Amino acid sequence: MKHFDVVVVGGGHAGCEALHAACRYGLKAALVTLDKTTVGVMSCNPAIGGLGKGHLVREIDALDGIMGTAADMSGIQFRLLNRSKGPAVQGPRTQSDRKLYLEAIQLLLEKQDFITIEGEASALLSSKGVVTGVQLSDGSEVLASAVILTAGTFMRGTIHIGDKRVSAGRMGEGAADKLSVQMESLGATFGRLKTGTPPRLNGDTIDWQQLEIQPADECPVMLSFLSSTPTVRQVGCGITHTNAATHDIIRENIGRSAMYGGHIEGIGPRYCPSIEDKIIRFSDKTSHQIFLEPEGLSTNCVYPNGISTSLPEDVQYKYVRSIVGLEGVEVLQPGYAIEYDFLNPQGLSSDLESSLLGGLFLAGQINGTTGYEEAAAQGLVAAIGVAKKLKAVEPIRFDRSTSYIGVMIDDLTTRGATEPYRMFTSRAEFRLKLRADNADQRLTEQGYRSGCVSSGRYNSFLKKVDQLNICRGALSKMAVSPNQARVAGIELGLDGRRRNGHELLAIPGVSTKHLLALEPALRDCEPSSLTQAAREALYVTYIERQGRDIEALARDLNIDIPVEFEYRGVSGLSSEMISKLSLARPRSLGAAKNIEGITPAALTAVLLRLKSHKLKKAI
Amino acid sequence: MDTIFAQATAHGRAGVSIVRLSGPQAFDISSQFCDRPAVGKTGLRAIRASDGSLVDRAVVLCFEAGASFTGERVVEFHVHGGLATVARLLSELSKCDKCRLAEPGEFTRRALENGQLDLNQVEALADLIDAETESQRQQAIRVLDGSFGDVGAVWRTNLLRAAALLEASIDFSDEEIPSDLYLEVADLVGQTQISISTILERSVIASKIRSGFVVAIVGLPNVGKSTLLNAIAGRQAAITSDVAGTTRDVIEVRVDLMGLAVTFLDTAGLRKSEDDIENLGISMAYSRANEADIRLFLVDSIDETLPLIARPDDFVVLSKADERLSCELSVSGKTGLGVSNLLQLISDKLMQKTPTDVVAIRERQVVGLRAASVVLTRTLELIDQKPLPFELACQELYFALSELDFVFGKIDIESVLDEIFSSFCLGK
Repeated sequence: MKHFDVVVVGGGHAGCEALHAACRYGLKAALVTLDKTTVGVMSCNPAIGGLGKGHLVREIDALDGIMGTAADMSGIQFRLLNRSKGPAVQGPRTQSDRKLYLEAIQLLLEKQDFITIEGEASALLSSKGVVTGVQLSDGSEVLASAVILTAGTFMRGTIHIGDKRVSAGRMGEGAADKLSVQMESLGATFGRLKTGTPPRLNGDTIDWQQLEIQPADECPVMLSFLSSTPTVRQVGCGITHTNAATHDIIRENIGRSAMYGGHIEGIGPRYCPSIEDKIIRFSDKTSHQIFLEPEGLSTNCVYPNGISTSLPEDVQYKYVRSIVGLEGVEVLQPGYAIEYDFLNPQGLSSDLESSLLGGLFLAGQINGTTGYEEAAAQGLVAAIGVAKKLKAVEPIRFDRSTSYIGVMIDDLTTRGATEPYRMFTSRAEFRLKLRADNADQRLTEQGYRSGCVSSGRYNSFLKKVDQLNICRGALSKMAVSPNQARVAGIELGLDGRRRNGHELLAIPGVSTKHLLALEPALRDCEPSSLTQAAREALYVTYIERQGRDIEALARDLNIDIPVEFEYRGVSGLSSEMISKLSLARPRSLGAAKNIEGITPAALTAVLLRLKSHKLKKAI
Repeated sequence: MDTIFAQATAHGRAGVSIVRLSGPQAFDISSQFCDRPAVGKTGLRAIRASDGSLVDRAVVLCFEAGASFTGERVVEFHVHGGLATVARLLSELSKCDKCRLAEPGEFTRRALENGQLDLNQVEALADLIDAETESQRQQAIRVLDGSFGDVGAVWRTNLLRAAALLEASIDFSDEEIPSDLYLEVADLVGQTQISISTILERSVIASKIRSGFVVAIVGLPNVGKSTLLNAIAGRQAAITSDVAGTTRDVIEVRVDLMGLAVTFLDTAGLRKSEDDIENLGISMAYSRANEADIRLFLVDSIDETLPLIARPDDFVVLSKADERLSCELSVSGKTGLGVSNLLQLISDKLMQKTPTDVVAIRERQVVGLRAASVVLTRTLELIDQKPLPFELACQELYFALSELDFVFGKIDIESVLDEIFSSFCLGK
């Protein structure tokens, strides 16, 4: 029987990204999926990117992943979120044609060398605490040195619509319950999380005339560094709102909602509440915004973003039709809530290797996250982990001060997940440095040395860096007096100090246009390089100040905590702190600091004990 | 963890000296020396050495873990305060297993480790121990009591909320976030900035309370400055004579003035002199008088031109009150006439300046608060800009929060700890 380096279980966003990355590393890979035709499917909203999420897509792309490219190949409404705010908090996003996205993913995967096996993974095979493959429900075995499990919502997935409840991984697809049971026998303790999806609407029955339309950006910003323009037609989204009648219907029927009827025990995300939640928890709000997002160019299906629900179908029809523009709408598929198993990610290694079995890597919703981008990034990290383990490739460092991926991995492995984890820019304390526009500058070089970035991408990256350096050089050479600056329209105090281009760009309101007027040599620079240099200049003083913080952080917080460190007996730690720390086993004081509920006093106690620890060792 | 011991009271002969024993073995160890009283009960016990000989009869007190200064089990021996008695008890204790003499500041360090005190409280404790006057004591006890920490917690809450509002505008901009959140942000940041500045202003005075106020006596030669100083000191601190220019150096006398630490300076009489050494003294007198908090101008006549421009807090006092009848403020160093009245006036003036509220008392705290205040001022400027640079304002708030964390002992704690513990003395 054929033996693989790695078998990826699940063909969602985590699985596809893991599989593709494994192939880029030259690993012999197999994909186990319930249904070949659903590989790369968007199960929820038809969009990629956004705030924080766009950053993740760019980082995946910088390491030659496929999510950004597939999004660009299928994007029907590119919008740069926070366009009016600073570049650090801008997030590229696109609506994707659901069908085109899936096709793009499958096309990109086809170019790689791997085997697809249709079937349900029902058990993990192992020997002496190390994974040796997976068993399928038909009894056949797929042997591999490593397994990347990306089960999504399939493990003991349960769909709720009102008081109806169906065992399913997605609407119309069976759940994978056997694997949960088998993993429990290995010692896994699952928790339950919940997510929801809205009813899908027939766009032909929406009265678009009545609605405000949000168009795509005039100058689209792409998700991949390698793309330049959209390849398919751009469309707008409709915007409508719930109203008093909608709220009345929902309130009257709240007891029939799966969530409020007590059928659901799983914890849902606070930042993506169902419409029931919105109306009950924010009862003083009389209206909630809904985006009507077309699911594609060749379908009439519309995704109403903002009204996910677990109310019974008849109530869903009623409240949807109470909304302006949707008075005569046809519901193609009811909304539902889905509950699924997840494993507390605390205790995963930074490569996402599970402590359950050596060689078992977990990625995506099984780790308590939500979102395509979060899942895909984890799939990539897991594949890099496998390559590191099997081929001893050069590792890629993901840490909080260099990537959003690092922030997410650190959050998951040290803080754990108490609700579905989603990326936000505010999670990244070094946000000004970790921009979507410089993800390649932060990661591509490392990726190339590690072996997951092709020479094609690497060369185009080098070209970008060359151009940027030329531009930076030209800016450094400038020496503009306040008088000259004033002539060019820059308001400056007459302090007699000559400033270079970087310094001028750091002044609020100064743009590249001002600089082009001052320095003709800049006209020879590529406009994109000049823009990039301007973004860097904007934050340079902040980043320097943060650099000092990083050092201070490193000094105190990078103090390693030995694996065998015994929290019990550290005076000053409450039993709650002891159990939290013992469970999370933070690798450093910094990691300990980030654990939810760990107080400064507790940290001090650990630090002092560590110091006396060291002292004793030295003696 | 070792059990540690040390003399908790001052060294030297005394009626009673206390030896403190702290750590997990404290109860077991004390039982080797006496019939240990129950927790919460006081007992007069015979303390016997390992050879059975009587060391002393002492009052013994036991504290359970969590209910003691260090947070550990603690036993206190209140022995007779003879040097030899204490030395013998310490030497007996040092023979016990897992028991050693405490390092400087180690009891307090354990209190910090065990969460019995926070960083500011540890510092306040040191101040309390060092307090010589009533106002120093009050100031330290306010911090030790946790009031300073309470104010810090309010700042932190405000700034965290402000940051959260800005973050909401960034991360949820695609949703229905009110566009006027910045008003609340400006309000929260502004309030916090003012509150920090107020405490900083007060803290300038607070450091005076720790180090003492300075009152300089200035005036023409031979007007009686040294005599006045001696009267204030109650002793012959300065040499007095009828010869003008007797005082050349600056002579300092430190007194407790109604609970305030005050240093009085006697300075060289201000005149043009041919004598180089006297001139050095005169220029020193000018410079010290300039730095002083209050200047006492001692004059022969109320119409006299003052050698320095008087500041609102200064006093002009007629000298030699015993030789004149005047309704002006006057003193006589020789007879003491008017001196206590003058001291009362000075202490009243200083009392007006003394804060009765929370203050930052340490340089470390003042430095941190000043930095936070500067950062918050910059944050307010950013919030005023149109368009608002959200991510920069947020970043400034995080800088401010990390400055506050430094003050309230949350991060970068390592170097702070070393500094604190190096300034501690054994057994406190």
